[in-house]
Amino acid sequence: MSDGVRIILPGVLRELTDGESELLVPVGGESTVLRTVLDAAVVTRPRLGARIRDETGALRRHVNVFIDGQDARPAGGLDAVVGPEAVVHILPSVAGG
Amino acid sequence: MTQTLVAIGTRKGLWLAKSDDRSTWTLDGPHFLMREVPSISIDTRGDQPRMIVGFRSEHWGPTLQRSDDLGTSWDETPEVALQFPEDTGAAVERVWQITPDVHDDDVVWASTQPQALWRSEDRGETFSLVRGLWEHPHRPEWGAGFGGAAIHTILPDPADSKSMLVAMSTGGVYRTADGGDTWTANNKGIKAPYQPDPWPEFGQCVHKVARDSVNPARLYAQNHHGVYRSDDNGATWASIEEGLPTDFGFTVLTHPTKADTVWLIPVASDDERIPPGGQLQVQRSSDAGASWVTCSQGLPAPSYTCVLRDAAAADTHERAGIYFGTRNGEVYASADEGDSFALIAEQLPDVLCVRAAVLT
Repeated sequence: MSDGVRIILPGVLRELTDGESELLVPVGGESTVLRTVLDAAVVTRPRLGARIRDETGALRRHVNVFIDGQDARPAGGLDAVVGPEAVVHILPSVAGG
Repeated sequence: MTQTLVAIGTRKGLWLAKSDDRSTWTLDGPHFLMREVPSISIDTRGDQPRMIVGFRSEHWGPTLQRSDDLGTSWDETPEVALQFPEDTGAAVERVWQITPDVHDDDVVWASTQPQALWRSEDRGETFSLVRGLWEHPHRPEWGAGFGGAAIHTILPDPADSKSMLVAMSTGGVYRTADGGDTWTANNKGIKAPYQPDPWPEFGQCVHKVARDSVNPARLYAQNHHGVYRSDDNGATWASIEEGLPTDFGFTVLTHPTKADTVWLIPVASDDERIPPGGQLQVQRSSDAGASWVTCSQGLPAPSYTCVLRDAAAADTHERAGIYFGTRNGEVYASADEGDSFALIAEQLPDVLCVRAAVLT
């Protein structure tokens, strides 16, 4: 059985995880969906959760999530399937000026 | 020894200008580089001043940060200070205003985009949505100015703890007389030339409202075309734009202790958002808008910049200082109520918010 889903965070969010660059989310060895993984990852870190999704639960517009290297948005967004050993990257989009 | 603090919120971070004499300034910053700063409160009530700053990241959304040591360290509420309740289906896009109450030292008000008013009873650590305004029947018809659909003005009433006025673009002025349970549109006399009916009950694009410090029923409004005064707490408004170079602008300030003194920073027009005649200037009235004086000593010309609605503030010295920041990142200060100005910061990002306080 795997240890779970690895969530890789950008440097700017690590101030909210005591400097940790990765979060490990146990999923019981089974596939799940991105929403469930994110919910579990931020349950004790509400400020981190608020950076990634707004209070309606929607992914922030300029936050990109990749599941095993694939953009989660065209794959179903928060309903995208996440495998039991998936690697989820959270990254800022190319935006701003 | 008193110190004057000017907090400068920009598109890309916060700077703090400090001075012991309002002549020589030190500039500290940036704090939170690359985060937009649309709102700042310097709360001088209590034992130590508390700054509350509304930051917004293009990527990571809005946050409120507090500092009880004038910016040396910052703190953020672990459970998130301000979020819409789930049943609203709404999300905070930007905190536009943070205003200490004038009756209760623990109460702080905030307002947001989308248009909502919030109340904190713990000096800004957590906020609750003011449902009476959120559920107002007019809300579906409130619009968005170019800056966004936001409440940008919160004016508690020193004469009555149950009375408060807010203003929004677009929507106009609203007032409660029962502590926020019910609100009435208070736009009678404010013209909306951009609507088919130029005298609607609501829908005006009021840019900013300020309250007279001596006579709290007297208010001044800079509208999207039109400058107005109310002498009855917003129930009715009358034009005071005669003598001004233009009727357009964004900000309005009142004197902290002196009655009937008000400052505007005029903009040429809706179509030309530059200073009138290319001269950056402040317009000052000492008679409640009956007459106006152009204050431009020390201000540049030609100038093609603009000053946004929250990018100006007055301090609380007896001879009031006024401060404003421009969209091209310059900040000007006057220690003599506008008679003369000096540049105290330049080459900053565009200035969104300026607040000033006197610290003892």
